[in-house]
Amino acid sequence: MGEKILMKGNEVVAEAALRAGCRHYFGYPITPQTEIAHYFAKKMPQYGGTFIQAESEVAAMNMVYGAASAGARVMTSSSSPGVSLKQEAISYAACAELPAVIVNIMRAGPGLGGILAAQSDYFQATKGGGHGDYRMVVLAPSSVQELYELVVEAFNIADRYRTLCMIMGDGMLGQMMEAVEFRDQEDICQADKSWAVTGTEMKRDHNIITSIYIDPEVLEKHNLKLQAKYRQIAENETRVEICNCDGADIIVAAYGTVARIIKNVIKTAEKEGIRVGLIRPVTLWPFPAAAFEKYAQVPKAFLSVEMSAGQMVEDVRLAVNGKKPVHFLGRMGGMIPTQKEILEKIREILK
Amino acid sequence: MAQTDMIFAGFGGQGIQAAGKLIAYAGILEGRHVSFLPSYGPEMRGGTSNCHVIVSDEPIGSPILNSATVVMAMNRPSLDKFESYLEPGGILLIDSSLINRDPVRTDIRVFTIPATQIASEMGNLAFANVIMLGKLIKETGVVTAGNFEGGLKKVLPERKHYLIPEEMKALRIGMDY
Repeated sequence: MGEKILMKGNEVVAEAALRAGCRHYFGYPITPQTEIAHYFAKKMPQYGGTFIQAESEVAAMNMVYGAASAGARVMTSSSSPGVSLKQEAISYAACAELPAVIVNIMRAGPGLGGILAAQSDYFQATKGGGHGDYRMVVLAPSSVQELYELVVEAFNIADRYRTLCMIMGDGMLGQMMEAVEFRDQEDICQADKSWAVTGTEMKRDHNIITSIYIDPEVLEKHNLKLQAKYRQIAENETRVEICNCDGADIIVAAYGTVARIIKNVIKTAEKEGIRVGLIRPVTLWPFPAAAFEKYAQVPKAFLSVEMSAGQMVEDVRLAVNGKKPVHFLGRMGGMIPTQKEILEKIREILK
Repeated sequence: MAQTDMIFAGFGGQGIQAAGKLIAYAGILEGRHVSFLPSYGPEMRGGTSNCHVIVSDEPIGSPILNSATVVMAMNRPSLDKFESYLEPGGILLIDSSLINRDPVRTDIRVFTIPATQIASEMGNLAFANVIMLGKLIKETGVVTAGNFEGGLKKVLPERKHYLIPEEMKALRIGMDY
């Protein structure tokens, strides 16, 4: 590892992608993630790669489809309203089994909403924002260092399974600066890309990248293949951080920046004699349901804290499966839940 | 000192974000954990630019501050907004050349420095933030002057490194004020 440097989350996304071998970036500016594009615009030429500010988010995601079809390491990034625009091409790329990374630095919605941090795109990312039975791996870092590590990992997972990988951050994570330490060399997955459309040189049959299968039997078979792949991903790639859960009075579920607030709450609550546990899904899909099952008998109740009207809480309820009550606390519109209100909620639940 | 929670606030252009970054970088050089959270939302358009900086011995939980142990206010709207954030016993640093009222709180430690005026006499208004930071590091001990200088080398682009001796002079004026 090198020295620790102070960097903005958004810039770390781009730096991590370059280190992971990403040489093509297509995007369209939107607050609070525009620094990702700035960084690529400045650095990509030094790596001999492609930076294109596309005419729209729709175009950018379709460019990703093209570059991924040719076997390139490619990414796009946007923030909530822009990610909505990408959904059609995301569904196409999922069907065509194209490896690529999509970064969503979430802002408050619905609609154009506002530019401050939110987590209200959980449904869109984990339940399929586009049409059809597809999944993508959704990684939710909670620090700038982890942002670096998970962006590199996202490219590897994408190539290993021929899948889309989304990084879900929020405006706060994108804008904040923290110390980050880069590895001297990244461990880059060298996946077989003999499926890519790179020209046959008249030596082999054509490779075909497609998302259309008119024959229902063929399409069902393709769907079954996709589902088998998703099961394999769920088995191998589920990630979770568990803190303080043994003997906890209450277990809080939170991801991303909200999980950091909970870590402060753990310390403050300890002073009052309340033991708060934290289950932090690092992969939002595949959801770490097993961690909730494992600890379901421990606390008096669960509490999901989110910057949304209550999205991940549905997965928490499915995982806890009625064994304990599951409560919810959420803020919206760019408002951030405070330690104080979370503690009040915990006291009220435990009363 | 386990954790110092700092809010820097002033007008855009006063070097508020730079001040926060300098302390954060110096904090890294101290071998401590740091976070820097700039304001980027609608509050930026209301006359104040601010940032939240935490320097801690332990990994940092939330980078957002709902209260602070140090507030550095470089204009009146900043004082009005953030005085109430201070914890009892907290440190309030005021640029008295630009703020024409006294603090209301009596349970905090207040330091007033005519930083903008001093910087103007030095011939460069851009030093006002560093003069304030001098007082800040003197009273909090959050970072050393040596590591502050190290931070300057990291934050300033190379073409501006010739300013470092003057910046350090400004820092010492603040420390000794």
